[in-house]
Amino acid sequence: MTEPYPIQVTVNGRMRTARVAPHHTLLEVLRDDLGLTGSKECCLVGECGACTVMLDGRSVDSCLVLAAEADGGEVLTVEGLAADGRLTALQEAFLEYGAAQCGFCIPGQLLSAHALLTTHEHPTRADVEEGLAGNLCRCAGYQQIIEAVLAAAGAGAAGGTEGRRRDGAQDGPVPSAHSDRPDPAATPDAQVAPQ
Amino acid sequence: MRPFSYERPRTLPAAIDLLAGGASAAALAGGTDLIIGLRDGSVRPEVVVDLKGIDEIETGIQVDGDRLVIGGRAVMEDIAADPRVRRDFMALAEAAAVVGSVQIRNRATLAGNLCNASPAADTAPALLVYDASVVVVGPAGSRRIAVDDFFRGPGTTALVPGELVTAIELPLPPARRGAVHLRRTRRRGHDLASVTLAVAVEDGGRVRLAYGSVGPRPILVTDDSGVLTDRGSSAEARASAMERLLAAASPSPRSMRASPEYRLAMLRVLADRALGAAVQRMQGQPA
Repeated sequence: MTEPYPIQVTVNGRMRTARVAPHHTLLEVLRDDLGLTGSKECCLVGECGACTVMLDGRSVDSCLVLAAEADGGEVLTVEGLAADGRLTALQEAFLEYGAAQCGFCIPGQLLSAHALLTTHEHPTRADVEEGLAGNLCRCAGYQQIIEAVLAAAGAGAAGGTEGRRRDGAQDGPVPSAHSDRPDPAATPDAQVAPQ
Repeated sequence: MRPFSYERPRTLPAAIDLLAGGASAAALAGGTDLIIGLRDGSVRPEVVVDLKGIDEIETGIQVDGDRLVIGGRAVMEDIAADPRVRRDFMALAEAAAVVGSVQIRNRATLAGNLCNASPAADTAPALLVYDASVVVVGPAGSRRIAVDDFFRGPGTTALVPGELVTAIELPLPPARRGAVHLRRTRRRGHDLASVTLAVAVEDGGRVRLAYGSVGPRPILVTDDSGVLTDRGSSAEARASAMERLLAAASPSPRSMRASPEYRLAMLRVLADRALGAAVQRMQGQPA
């Protein structure tokens, strides 16, 4: 009675089929069956957000979705953000602002930020704090992460293709790594991320 | 996770057959509570019945005559953003907006929040003050259950085996009303409530107050005296009326997240604040 359940899911634009155990989560199937290990397993109770992916255009904790539930759906993981070796403006901003420290939470942070920017073209700082409240960072890199999302929004990250190539080929002048970055010392504590 | 079989019925009768059948069955809507229970072994069904293939259970929100009908598959994020909910049922929008994180609110349904019957369910107080009903279908047919009769105790509802929630109905407000949801958590951001409450004030001075996380189930109390909203009444009279409303709170000494003393103290503070804000909202002032 617990036979494998056949699913067909579009993952990062590519149609994938799998026979999944009914008790396996979307996260397990992404990582173990499809080899997409960018999404991370951590708390398994929907508190940390390390497993965040987009399912049918909305961010979800993939540890709280059965793989069978995703049948017929469309999934975007961190592996699907960059296209043709070109990072998105959001990913570029994470690099420029030093948002990634150990990096474990970053795939989830990126997906939550990506989801936020698809619905909020010009998010406020409060929008970013709320949009990322389900993603914990044990390195406490919140300040840089929030600055990166705000910078990417200012640069029109929703288009998603403004980033520069990571294979060394540059399309034009590289923006200064410190351009438009506010002086961290000028940010009052009250504006720092909630966690 | 222990193995189980997965079914995704296309019709209500098929779902009811599965849920009422011989095998132990668990209904799956958003899954944000169920999958945690499946993983920690606190829920051990032989079959998980996914309700998301059933078109008769709506994902949307619509007005039907004198009621707002929230579909059994409507998720928190959509409820919190819905313009009709925000206009006529602001306390529910506020409550739906603080359930978990965005990722949780994109999956979690209002119906699931009710069926899990957590004493701390954030949407319960708002549904209680708005006099909501739960529309239920099961082997014996369809019935409506007032939300106040739906909660029985921690994790226990009035549902019988085979029954499932297809919608939640809220009567449209007959007159001017102001309502507010407030909660107390251990930290800003994503947390379960130590106290969660809603207040609705009607034009004639009637006050409906509901509070959760201070007893085995959320409690609804009402005051029709008008004392609480009458600026001419004495502070002592108002305090005494409020004490009567809060007397049903019974936080357990074994409760999680906060001591009973702290919960009761914060319940008073939040109830006073919410009452003041609800009166302001009724009068059309920003609150």
